[in-house]
Amino acid sequence: MSKILIRGAKVLGGEAQDVLIDGETIAEVGTGLSAEGAQVVEAAGQVLLPGLVDLHTHLREPGREDSETVLTGTRAAASGGYTAVFAMANTFPVADTAGVVEQVWRLGKESGYCDVQPIGAVTVGLEGKQLAELGAMHDSAARVTVFSDDGKCVDDAVIMRRALEYVKAFGGVVAQHAQEPRLTEGAQMNEGVVSAELGLGGWPAVAEESIIARDVLLAEHVGSRVHICHLSTAGSVEIVRWAKSRGIDVTAEVTPHHLLLTDELVRSYNAVYKVNPPLRTERDVTALREALADGTIDIVATDHAPHPHEDKDCEWAAAAMGMVGLETALSVVQQTMVETGLLDWAGVAERMSFAPARIGGLENHGRPVSAGEPANLTLVDTSYRGVVDPAHFASRSRNTPYEGRELPGRVTHTFLRGRATVVDGTLA
Amino acid sequence: MKRHLISAADLTRDDAVLILDTAEEMARVADRPIKKLPTLRGLTVVNLFFEDSTRTRISFEAAAKRLSADVINFSAKGSSVSKGESLKDTALTLEAMGADAVVIRHHASGAPYRLATSGWIDSAVVNAGDGTHEHPTQALLDAFTMRRRLVGRDAGLGKDLNGRRITIVGDVLHSRVARSNVQLLHTLGAQVTVVAPPTLVPIGVESWPCEVSYNLDEVLPKSDAVMMLRVQRERMNAAFFPTEREYSRRYGLDGDRMAKMPEHAIVMHPGPMNRGMEITAEVADSDRCTAVEQVANGVSTRMAVLYLLLGGSEPAVTTTSTPRIEESK
Repeated sequence: MSKILIRGAKVLGGEAQDVLIDGETIAEVGTGLSAEGAQVVEAAGQVLLPGLVDLHTHLREPGREDSETVLTGTRAAASGGYTAVFAMANTFPVADTAGVVEQVWRLGKESGYCDVQPIGAVTVGLEGKQLAELGAMHDSAARVTVFSDDGKCVDDAVIMRRALEYVKAFGGVVAQHAQEPRLTEGAQMNEGVVSAELGLGGWPAVAEESIIARDVLLAEHVGSRVHICHLSTAGSVEIVRWAKSRGIDVTAEVTPHHLLLTDELVRSYNAVYKVNPPLRTERDVTALREALADGTIDIVATDHAPHPHEDKDCEWAAAAMGMVGLETALSVVQQTMVETGLLDWAGVAERMSFAPARIGGLENHGRPVSAGEPANLTLVDTSYRGVVDPAHFASRSRNTPYEGRELPGRVTHTFLRGRATVVDGTLA
Repeated sequence: MKRHLISAADLTRDDAVLILDTAEEMARVADRPIKKLPTLRGLTVVNLFFEDSTRTRISFEAAAKRLSADVINFSAKGSSVSKGESLKDTALTLEAMGADAVVIRHHASGAPYRLATSGWIDSAVVNAGDGTHEHPTQALLDAFTMRRRLVGRDAGLGKDLNGRRITIVGDVLHSRVARSNVQLLHTLGAQVTVVAPPTLVPIGVESWPCEVSYNLDEVLPKSDAVMMLRVQRERMNAAFFPTEREYSRRYGLDGDRMAKMPEHAIVMHPGPMNRGMEITAEVADSDRCTAVEQVANGVSTRMAVLYLLLGGSEPAVTTTSTPRIEESK
């Protein structure tokens, strides 16, 4: 592998610098670096970030290859500036055995577009009744450290407690999809003014908040760490803030769509806005942005959830829940957090690369942009403005809520261990 | 031009009054020996019912037939409707068959809106009840009934329900009838109060243009019309109320309670009634109860809606203008 010189990029949004990649690692960072023998990427004005890491991606393979495969999903990830994604366990079959997580891990290796770290299910079949063989998944080639029944909540308090305790033996973490099932039977959207008008079953904020409150207390009691998936309400923010102030080892994520969209959009009955947890209110959006800025929420995770067209082109109640997000995440964060002055680019790097890698235990991602580090890098043209056109997505699915919406920023280059996966905005 | 009737909220005061006035004209047809108009001759109305509802379907069927439209009844019940593809494919099929209007009843809130706005079909769409969202023709026939009884058949022409006090009692949470009525009655100038146990009032009701009360006895003396909603007995299994008897005691309308209403006040029910649950036989069979009248008025009102939406080429009955319902939002 040859040398690449990224010239004049604002590293983490700071001063313009040159970054020389030699093989799989960053050889040098400085000014006026020699381009001799190197392929030059002119990056003046662009922002250079550590390769993004998504702790919450649905790659759908095995089982729903009609919506996404590991290959198409990782191509989408690379397009969005990601060098590593964590693949959720709710596949068919469920990733609840060493065999399935190794299959996903191997498919990731073969894809070559970004690293795929499988997440293992907490319970067999995501049914919340019996612990899956967490140790076997950790000991497998996939080295699973994050466990989640995402899509379903580990609602039984005893099972959750045991899972939190059990994974301590190998430094694992349980990522909870916080949704009290009884309070959300038949739930279709956020419960509030809009659901009252539209006559759609309500998904109350308390169904999320009560589980988070229980789980942070459980984590405290057993001395474990817990991660909260896609936190979506102002009340959840307050609980996590309180838990952190008590020293409870909790981390939390927010999705790009919960930073931007509200339940007012459901008035269109367009199922592209149907997602779980549901879009909330303006007040929640504001609280989530502030919490991401002040560190109460640690990371942005996409909850990239591809669905085939027919699962969205239908009446609301029949539609699947979820949105694709890998290819728009950074743009939404730029719009909602950077351009509002809530975060600088170093802050974005922390929340979209360093922290998710740390939480998920990835050693070679989320590293500083400095000599000797793995060359996992993302170059962003932050001055770009463009209208989202799903026809250009690398993902196999098109269920984006941003179609036709203007968003800022574009990933021009992504480097995975020194190899360009995206060049000039196009997959290499 | 408005081409569909999806929500009562889409109607302006003038739209609604026009429909009620037109319905009065249609009602006169029912008094004739030959109850039929040639207005929609050659047009096809499809009754697309994904849910059982014999009453609503035959009401629309009678309305369309009295206007000389061809009627196709499409019952999708029993076919695979859990996947949305069915709705779209069914719509495409109806389109191919040349439907001019589709009257749709669906268990999913928003299905008629999707049908009308997704580019699947060109025909006019009439919402005949969608999930727990809306049932606008029910609200129109209720308003028609109220105007006749409270203002007068002839005296009511051109008038709304300004200042009338309407009380809606029962399972507001799950009721599309309540949602459409609150919207329409507000548009027509009425003061609406919904009465229900707190478990059956939706979170977010504060944005509705109505008052909320948990106490039926307090509201009855201040009501010009009391609309009793059907309450499914199974609701008690989900703890919305403890027992059928307790519901009935606190929110049911019996003779004693009816006596607290002003003398002119009427009792309404969209049917089908749960006698002994939300309404006693004594009340249901009294001459203050308009349940049967509402059914008759339903046909006239639906005739008016179909006529106005499909813009019949000939005068409806006596008028020379054939105004359509104007776009209102």
